[in-house]
Formats: sequence, structure tokens, C-alpha cells
Amino acid sequence: MINAINKSGPFTHGASNVQKTMYTVLLALLPATAFNAYLFGWPALLLFVVTVGACVVIEAGCLILADQPMKAAFDGSAVLTGWLLAMSLPPWAPWWIGALGAVFAIALAKHTFGGLGQNMFNPAMVARVALLVSFPVVMTAWVLPHPLFSASAPGLGDALAITFGGQMPDSVSAASALGYVKTELSRGIPVTQSMAHVPDLMDMALGFRAGSMGETSAILILAGGLFLMARRIISWHTPLGVMGGLFLMGTLFHAIDPARYTDGMFHVMSGATFLGAFFIATDYVTSPVSKKGQLVFGAGVGVLTWVIRTYAGYPEGMAFAILLMNSLTPIIDQYTRPRAFGRTLKGEPLPLAGRDK
Amino acid sequence: MKLFPIRGGIHPDYRKEQSSERAIVALPLPALLYIPLQQHIGAPAEVLVSEGQAVKKGQMIARSTGAISAPQHAPTSGTVKAVTEIPAPHPSGLAQTTIVIEPDGRDEWAELPAAIADPFSADPQTIAERVAQSGIVGMGGAAFPSAVKLNLGSRFKLDTLLLNGAECEPYLTCDDRVMREHAGEIVDGARIMAHALGVPRVVIAIEDNKPQAIAAMTEAARAFAEIVVAGVPVQYPMGSERHLVQAITGRETPAKKLTADIGVVVHNVATARAVHHAVRFGRPLVARVVTVSGGAVREANNIEAPIGARVADLIAFCGGFASEPASLVNGGPMMGQPLPGLDVPVIKGMSGILALTAGETNTQPASPCIRCGTCVSICPCGLVPVEMAAFIRKDNFEAAARLGVMDCVSCGSCSWVCPSHIPLVHYFNYAKGMINAQERDRRKNEQTKVLAEAHTLRVEKAAEARRAMMAAKKAQAAAKTEEKANA
Ligand code: SF4
Ligand code: SF4
Repeated sequence: MINAINKSGPFTHGASNVQKTMYTVLLALLPATAFNAYLFGWPALLLFVVTVGACVVIEAGCLILADQPMKAAFDGSAVLTGWLLAMSLPPWAPWWIGALGAVFAIALAKHTFGGLGQNMFNPAMVARVALLVSFPVVMTAWVLPHPLFSASAPGLGDALAITFGGQMPDSVSAASALGYVKTELSRGIPVTQSMAHVPDLMDMALGFRAGSMGETSAILILAGGLFLMARRIISWHTPLGVMGGLFLMGTLFHAIDPARYTDGMFHVMSGATFLGAFFIATDYVTSPVSKKGQLVFGAGVGVLTWVIRTYAGYPEGMAFAILLMNSLTPIIDQYTRPRAFGRTLKGEPLPLAGRDK
Repeated sequence: MKLFPIRGGIHPDYRKEQSSERAIVALPLPALLYIPLQQHIGAPAEVLVSEGQAVKKGQMIARSTGAISAPQHAPTSGTVKAVTEIPAPHPSGLAQTTIVIEPDGRDEWAELPAAIADPFSADPQTIAERVAQSGIVGMGGAAFPSAVKLNLGSRFKLDTLLLNGAECEPYLTCDDRVMREHAGEIVDGARIMAHALGVPRVVIAIEDNKPQAIAAMTEAARAFAEIVVAGVPVQYPMGSERHLVQAITGRETPAKKLTADIGVVVHNVATARAVHHAVRFGRPLVARVVTVSGGAVREANNIEAPIGARVADLIAFCGGFASEPASLVNGGPMMGQPLPGLDVPVIKGMSGILALTAGETNTQPASPCIRCGTCVSICPCGLVPVEMAAFIRKDNFEAAARLGVMDCVSCGSCSWVCPSHIPLVHYFNYAKGMINAQERDRRKNEQTKVLAEAHTLRVEKAAEARRAMMAAKKAQAAAKTEEKANA
């Protein structure tokens, strides 16, 4: 007969599948990515292509080694990892940064754990942190925007030299706002003074500032995030947790000592906050499965990001914070399970209000 | 009416329009009818007829055995062709004892039990007895003997009879049609049931996507102040007993308890209609309305079919298949079971026969779980399907049980949403089976242990007694020798 005997229902299925989900996320990233490609020009585009391409190639290689169906290489998850990694790199970094990052992300962070769905840590963030620790100079060589077709923009030839020839022009490097404030602080210059030299919040929101591709243009990232919420790919819990945690910590400590601590709004608007909150902390595989858990997880990311930005040696703490919280995901999952129908939170049957005769 | 929210749930494609506007039609009598002895939860019925015997419509041909069981009746007049084993409409496809009747075409009623003249002054026990004798079982799919549920009034403090007309399963429209076309019969049946249960209030819950049914039922219930017709939100699985009770009363049935424990008894609307027939006319349950639908069937229909008509007869009545079905389902697409073939008969709990195309089933090979958490947020029982499945995959049933797999109502929502197309419900059903089997084994072992211990105790006692006897004998002997020696 046509039915496999003993197959349980349902005999119908919703329209969702993994591929569709992944590609929707990519679509949500597209506007911000396109805008940043415009801001940082050809070198950024080249790096982007190298990173994403390397991720897909390595994914395919790992699948062959693991003897798994090749189809999985095109489910969009490798592209997404590469894409997010590219967006967290300095846009003018050399090609091997992207390629090496792909090895870290796909081969080490993902496939040594068993491939899609098995990894404990966010692959793109593992790669970013590994690169940052190994190549701190290259990984913090930010440039100011050089919009495509503007006078200062490198042509394709120059771009090839930057990306593949390692010829980073000295003159263009710039500090990100977070880095600048941090350096100034370490020189004894209070936040109140250094803040006068960072781009104003409006510019930061729009993206006209130095940073990685994903750090600039909070507004387009936000638009992408809202799109994902509308499509029910993500919910508000994680992003709100991240932003809320960061904002509250920033605001609180700024109120205590404005000379030492930047304010909450600055924290929210700078660095990779938006990208992290909407696209990275929301990574399905490495974050909790329940909404309650996601709120806790997000808040943890926000608070830890603030702590790292404020006290640790690195100006940006989002990646570290996410990895730290990744490691707590199983525990958060365990403690944030929903209450089962007819049971107390502890799992005991609800008490009966004495209705027996 | 004030409603209460239920957790989670999904909004599948309902596809009810294929059959919702088709009035109920009676199936022409097929050449043979196959009546399995077990169409319900509980003990199978016991055959009362033998090969070659003539039977009349409504005559009892198998009687119930035990407290939870139901009798079977001849769906038409004719001759018993055989009492034999044939595959039952159960996914296992296992054979079951079945009475085969060849109709004589006269469709002649047997002498039926007299109508209960005034059911509202009748003893509740009398009504429950009539319902039991009429072979009525839950017609929403569960097929639990209805009389058992009508007796709950003696054990629990009840206040509400909830009539389930939610029909939240996609495709199915049989309840919708019955409500539209036989509203009065349902309302009467409901009132009789309410009387048997001793409850002052009846709520008839119907999903909002059936406005005509709501209108018809409201109209039919207008004269009765104790009956409320409530439109409930379209949210699968609204028709799940516990969830419907929560939506209507706000009360949450504690785990391992019955809805009766919180004062509510739930019956299906079609069951109420059957009760009306049984009480008012003495007619047993010998036919039911079945929705035949799905993209692979030529013409969808709501068919009033005699129990025992083969699925093939109903499909043929609908013009056969338009294309090779990818799936044949008994019931709705969410909670139904695969039909093992076209030769199985219509049984009392069969609400639908679906012939689905590959496009409709949208079956895809499973890929790894991406931990998207959707299954967690939609599970109406507040479970964590992703974690339970992970444990079951490793055969760790104990951990799955700790996470509540036995509380799962197999509604299918989690499988339906899973982007990785993981057959979660399949895992859970498998685990439930394993856990039940383990439980049985454990009980058996315990029993063996008790028996073995009793045995050892007996043996020991016997040995003790023997020893005592020997000692006594020895003492006697010793005494005798001593006596002799002394003598
Ligand atoms: S819906 Fe499927 S993919 Fe998502 S968490 Fe549940 S099991 Fe995993
Ligand atoms: S776990 Fe059970 S109750 Fe929860 S959605 Fe899945 S099938 Fe339904």
C-alpha cells in the first residue's frame, strides 16, 4: 500500500523549511549589506565574496568527509555563517582573513561538533574571536567609509591590491567610536571629553562611521530585524534582552560616573549592537529554545557586552558576550522550560479544587 | 460569552471548502458490510450471530463485554455471510474478528427498544443504559464508549456538559454538516445527556470558521436557556478536549486527571445526535457521517454511510481517485492514522477518509534540528518537543518521560511547524509505546516478584513446619527412649 505502515501523522505540513528560513534571514541582511558594500567599496565586496565562498566550499568539503548529503551545503546555513562573519570583519581586511575565518567557523566551530544544529557556539563569532585574538592588528584596522564612486573610493584595481595583495593604505585607518573612547580613557581623557569627537548618534545610526560592515548602519539592520520578526523567524525576546541589558547597564553606570562610563544610548548605537541583537544572538542553534530563555539569554548578552566593553581589553564585547552566553544555553534551556499543561512549574500535577464526590 | 486563551497552537491550511458546501448524502447500500468487533476503546464485543443467520437492521449482533466496551448492531437487514478475520482500519493493519453481512436490500428495522417517553423524568441510569445498549461511542475519533462518560455524574461534581463542535482538523466537515442539517437532533441529544449527567449547563463550542453551523445551532437552542452556543477562535487544536474546556471555562485539567475532575464532561456533537436517536427512537448507532476529501479524490463529499461499508465503496461513490494519492488517512490530517488499505470498513469513530496528494502532504526528508524553538512556542501542552525528541533518539525514554512525553496529546502541531521536517509525533508515539511496555513489564516483574516471594514464604513455612514436626518427633522418640531407659 502507499502508506508506510505505522507512520504517525500529521499528514500535512506547514510551508516552512530550513532553506526558506535561512534565505529569509539572508534577505533581511541584504539592505544593510548592500549599503555597506557601497560605503566601503570594492575591497569590502571582494572580502565578502571570499568569505561567503570559502564557507560554502568548506561546508561542502566537511559534508563529503562526514559522508553526509551534499544538499546541506545549499540549505543556506553556510552562506549565512559566511555572511555574518564577513559583516563582522574590518571591511578592508585581506582575503586570507576571510578564508581563515571560514575554516574556523565551518570546519572547527560547526563540523567538529557534528554539523548543522550540533554546534554549541556561534560559528561566525568563534571565527571572529579566533581571528581577533590571533591577528589583533589586522582585525582592528578600521577604515572610514569610502563610498563607491566617490573620489576617495578605491577602484577595482586598488581593491584587488588591498584585498589580495595585502596593501592596506596607511592613511585611511580609523578608530571605531568604541575603540576611540576606550583609548582616550586609557590615556586619562574622560568620556565626557572624548565623546565630543565621536560621530553623533544620528551618523552612527545611519552608518557614516568606521567599523565592520555589520557595525555600521543600525537603521538598516533594525529594518532587517523587524522584517524577520514580521515573518516570525525571530521574536522580540532576544533583541529586547540584548538592547535592554546593554542600555540599562550603560544608563545606570553613566548616572553614577559620567566621566568614566559612556551612556546607555551610546552603547546601544555603537559597535555591533544591532547586528548582534537581531542577527547573531538570535542564532537558533546556539541560543535557548523557549521565549523565556531567549529573554534571559539576550539580557545576559547585553550585560556581558557592557562589562567587556567597559572593563576588558577589547573595545567591542559583543562576540565574546555571545560566546559566553552560548555556553550557558543548555542551562538556560533547562531552567526556562514552559509550564506544562495541567502541571505546576515544578512538573507536579495541578492541585484539584476538591470536586470529587 | 467570555472565552479564555489557550497556549500555542497553529493555523494550518483548513481546506474545508472542498466539502463544506456539500450536503450529507446517504451511501447506497454496498454489496457487503464488514462490522469489526472492536470499534471502540475497551474490550471487543462478543459475537451473538452465526453464519447464515438472518438479521434485521438495528439487531444486536455482538454484545459488549465488561465495563468499558460497546455492542455492535446490524447496519441493515440481510444475512450473516461470515464471522471472520479481516484487516481493521488501524495503522497496524492487523486482522480483527469481523461480522460480514450481505444486505437483502430491504433495509428492514428489527424490533427496537421502545422510545423513552419522557427522558427528562427518566432515571439517569436508564438513559446511560440505553446509550450503552445502542453501541454509542465518541464519534469525534476517540471512540470511547459514551455511556461510561454519561455515568460520571455519580462520581464527580459536574456543572457543565461541553459539546465539542470545534472540528479543528483541516478537511473535516462532517460535524459542520451535521450541525447545519440536524441542529435540532443535536440539541435534543445534548439536553438528554445533560439530564443524565445532572448538569445545569450545556455549552456547544464551534470554531468561528463555521458561521452557518453556529447560526443553525443557535437557532435550535434558542428555546433552551440552559444551552449556550459559543463561537471559539480558529486555532488548532481547539478541539482537543482539555484545551476546549480551558477555552470555555478557564479551568485547566490537572495532569493525570479527567475533565470531569474539574466539573466538565465533553461529548462530540455527532454523539449527541446518536443519543437523540437512541433515546427517542430506540435506534442504535448503525451509520455515521464521514467526510471524504483530499486533492486526490475526484469529488469531495459528506457521506452518511452504514458502519461496515468499505472505504473503497465510499471512494467509488465519490468518483474514485483523480490521481494516485500520496497518503490515505483515517480521520483528519493532523491526528488521523494511515489507512492500511481501501478494503477496511467505516467504523464508528471514523470522521474522515482523506486521499491526499503529495502537494498536500508536503512530506520532505527530515534534516537535522536547527533548534529554532518553534515547536516549543506552539506546543499547546507546554512541552519541549525538541528536547524530548533528542532523548528519544538516544533511546532515553526515562528522560523523555521526565520532560512530559506522556502528557503529549499527539496533536501534531510540532511536526507540522518543524522546518527540519522532523517527525516529532512519530518519536513521541514510539516513546509512549515503549514507556507503556516498560511499565507493563515492570508491573509484571513486580507481580512475579510478589508471587515468587509468596512462594518462598510458603516453602519456608512448610520447611519450618516440617522441622518443628521432626523436632517434636525426635523429642518424643527421645522421651520414649528415656522412658525405656528409665524403665
Ligand atoms: S521545530 Fe524542529 S527544528 Fe525547530 S527546534 Fe523543534 S525540532 Fe528543532
Ligand atoms: S509535543 Fe505533543 S502536544 Fe506538543 S505540539 Fe507536539 S504533538 Fe502536540
